Amino acid sequence: MRFMMLMIPKGYEKAAPGTLPDPKAVAAMMKYNESLQKAGILLGLDGLHPPSAGARVSFSGGKPSVTDGPFAEAKEALGGYWMIQVRSREEAVEWASRCPASDNEVIEIRQVFEMSDFPSDTSAR
Amino acid sequence: MRFMVAIRANTTTEAGGPMPSTELLEAMGKFNEEMVKAGVMLSAEGLHPSSKGALVKFSGGKHRVIDGPFAEAKELIAGFWILQVKSKEEAIDWASRCPGGHGEVDHFGGEFDIEVRQVFEAEDFGAEFTPELRAQEERLRDQIAQKK
Amino acid sequence: MTAPDVHRTIDAVWRIESPKLIAGLARMVHDIGTAEDLAHDALVAALEQWPASGIPDNPAAWLMAAAKHRAIDRFRREKRLEQKHVELGRELEARQDMAALDLEAALDDDIGDDLLRLVFTACHPVLPTEARVALTLRLLGGLTTNEIARAFLISEPTVAQRIVRAKRTLADKHVPFEVPRGAERVARLSSVLEVLYLIFNEGYTATAGDDWTRPSLCEEALRLGRILAELVAQEPEAHGLVALMEIQASRLGARVGSSGEPILLLDQNRSRWDQLLIRRGLAALDRAQALGLSPGPYVLQAAIAACHARAQAAEDTDWERIAALYATLAALTPSPIVELNRAVALAMAFGPQAGLDLLDTLRSEPSLKAYHLLPSVRGDLLFKLERLDEARVEFERAADLTRNVRERELLLQRAASTQPGGGRSRGPNR
Repeated sequence: MRFMMLMIPKGYEKAAPGTLPDPKAVAAMMKYNESLQKAGILLGLDGLHPPSAGARVSFSGGKPSVTDGPFAEAKEALGGYWMIQVRSREEAVEWASRCPASDNEVIEIRQVFEMSDFPSDTSAR
Repeated sequence: MRFMVAIRANTTTEAGGPMPSTELLEAMGKFNEEMVKAGVMLSAEGLHPSSKGALVKFSGGKHRVIDGPFAEAKELIAGFWILQVKSKEEAIDWASRCPGGHGEVDHFGGEFDIEVRQVFEAEDFGAEFTPELRAQEERLRDQIAQKK
Repeated sequence: MTAPDVHRTIDAVWRIESPKLIAGLARMVHDIGTAEDLAHDALVAALEQWPASGIPDNPAAWLMAAAKHRAIDRFRREKRLEQKHVELGRELEARQDMAALDLEAALDDDIGDDLLRLVFTACHPVLPTEARVALTLRLLGGLTTNEIARAFLISEPTVAQRIVRAKRTLADKHVPFEVPRGAERVARLSSVLEVLYLIFNEGYTATAGDDWTRPSLCEEALRLGRILAELVAQEPEAHGLVALMEIQASRLGARVGSSGEPILLLDQNRSRWDQLLIRRGLAALDRAQALGLSPGPYVLQAAIAACHARAQAAEDTDWERIAALYATLAALTPSPIVELNRAVALAMAFGPQAGLDLLDTLRSEPSLKAYHLLPSVRGDLLFKLERLDEARVEFERAADLTRNVRERELLLQRAASTQPGGGRSRGPNR
């Protein structure tokens, strides 16, 4: 089973472009990342620049419109993610709970759709 | 440059159904194919609704687990792509071509949002990122195929 | 947390920690069976205490301490004072407060080596292959006897027996709990890789409707492969195997049609190939090749798989490169199957006659006499050269040899298509 661990750092929705994480936190996080890698379960990971450096594409009535960040109404923002491959939801939760997250950080765990969740292919040539 | 292009969740995705129509699945498949052919697609994933998920909250050195769904207004995502492109504009351009946004196939009734967020690369971290940490980061990225 | 929640969490912690726990204990007591028993004693203690006390901050340390306590109890009961037990007893008696033990550091230092020792021991060539598979899945995968049985479509008692016998054999033959070095290492590593690939292929051939434990074998093999590749990062074949499995796994979503029929690689909808896994596979292949040694069989097979993975469409496949890779593979591990695949690649690269020429050299090969793919491929190449009567004979022979009902139908269809008005024919495209 695949799961995303989405890191939601408090206040990141208000962070200015170019905000960097604290180096001590980065070092601790890298140790954690290596533990995931050594356990053979880490499929991928990334940190994200704050929304103030991003954009939103809104579709309405068949037309896209683009707005630059930040987005005043957002109460939180994704700071980064890990994608892991584990044998159960509880295992994903256990790994997430081992993350050296700081106080007031939240990790959202979401199961990832796999091909087996979708109907078999009818479009083979 | 790499970008996360994420479809924001809504009541439909959170309800966990109905299954996307064959037309939508095919349109998404073609869209993914185009991005693969263009050499920009690094990954594409859909997320189960938050009802199947959990939150882990950290405080005072301890953690607690709260099962989904997440009732409060949140910045939930329903799926995402990681794209490798030359600019933010290019990422936005691809996002704008997402199936369902132009009435050609039904996707959330044509009303949905996509967020475009730049992904950190090692060099973004500048001086604070010591050479050792940077080397470690590069090594890890090589190992897990997070190449630029 | 409710009681069932706690139990599922303990289960998850066990799945994460048990291989390292067993590995560490095996190093101390020099016996896998005893190590597993002690580890299970620790699990029992956890199941008794954690629902009330909560999951400890360092579950690995807690379990190891519990296992050591149980070990002391056992040895005192048995009144045995062999050297290893004396060491263990002395070590524990010297430390009054278990909580003060800096177990975390001790575990970290030895974990990699211990885990590697466990991998090599579970895959020891003195054990029959199916025993190595069962022991690996049990000790390194944490699978229950029941799960292993369902995954391999055999009975639970059979699996239980295999594991018991395997542990007894390792003890009887005094197999040392160590990482092989020097000349022995290549063969021993090969034995490990063989086990992992076997597990992977068992999962890969699972069909829709099979027990969930079967396709999950692919994930398990991949996970164990990735762990191994970290532990023996200097071994290109380990990365090669991981690359091969990642790339093959990338196709899992495209291999089966809507009525459960298998879809051959060249016919698959490539937009259903998992790009993340392809990228991971190509990166693992890079890692293997960056070590600069001449490629071994897994690296070569991975390179072949990579050729397919890189092709946007079947028509874009670099068949010449694939043919060349098969030639290198054939020189390394001569096998009629490899030659057969090489013939297919040659035909795709240089035309059907090139493939036929190679196939002709295989006609008297005894191990291929009952292998349906030989006449099947031959039939296809003859068909492409419009030698229809000869093609029909080959297809009928292939249909005769195959035990797979669907395959037989397809081959008979192809035979029929050689007659005028005999229907549309599609290449097997292996």
